[in-house]
Amino acid sequence: MTDIQDSRPNSQPTRRSVLRTAATFAAAGAAGAAPFLTVRRAAATPETMKAAIAKVIGEAPVAIGKVTLDIPPLVENGNSVAMNVNVDSPMTPADHVKAVHVFNEKNPQPNIISVHCDPRAGKAAFSTRIRLADSQNVVAIAEMSDGSLWSDTVEVIVTIAACLEYN
Amino acid sequence: MARTLINVPPKAKRGQVIQIKSLISHVMETGYRRDATGQPIPRDIINAFVCTYNGVEIFRADLHQAIAANPFITFFTVATESGTLEFKWTDDNGEVETATAKIAVE
Repeated sequence: MTDIQDSRPNSQPTRRSVLRTAATFAAAGAAGAAPFLTVRRAAATPETMKAAIAKVIGEAPVAIGKVTLDIPPLVENGNSVAMNVNVDSPMTPADHVKAVHVFNEKNPQPNIISVHCDPRAGKAAFSTRIRLADSQNVVAIAEMSDGSLWSDTVEVIVTIAACLEYN
Repeated sequence: MARTLINVPPKAKRGQVIQIKSLISHVMETGYRRDATGQPIPRDIINAFVCTYNGVEIFRADLHQAIAANPFITFFTVATESGTLEFKWTDDNGEVETATAKIAVE
């Protein structure tokens, strides 16, 4: 932006310099070279979701399977989305689900719910209603008693987002 | 703090897996919204839900802003003995709401 400095010392910005500045900013914004100009809503990204997952379960490898995350693929209203999580487990003291964590990619913050249970549950399943701010992936991760981790990912399309800003 | 609604089968056979449904009326204010004057509305959500069966914890959930208003949670447990299920919700202000349900196990 140094090329748009007015050469006259201590002067007020002239109309020409203002126009030139505006044009430069517009060009830079269009080229994506000025990220401070683009207005972004606070939102979790796939990266922050990964960070949130790492914070909860650590860096251990997560296998795909055993968990069934049931969310309608097309959601009309993101303010209340029925979610059903089912984990394939015998729920015996030797082999049971210790916890289930659910995460999202694009809400303002990535956590949805963490559920803790033990063999007394009899059946490793729960359901609730969640908020979704945008079309995105939702991930459920189950922590087993032997320490293994299993997951399921569902892509959800949301037509009306949960009210987050001015509503 | 709020109204609650619990659904526990009143009778069950010993060892039977029963479904428990719980609902509490709560705004679950995310902290990301603004009021009519543009002021941010402070976060106020229920962040913890615990269910105990005759004093023993059988289910616990940590809730976040992504849980819809009026949190509705269903889960399962094995009917082991007659007694009381106690439900406890805690919100950001530290307010606690409890509810109980009786179950008869044959």
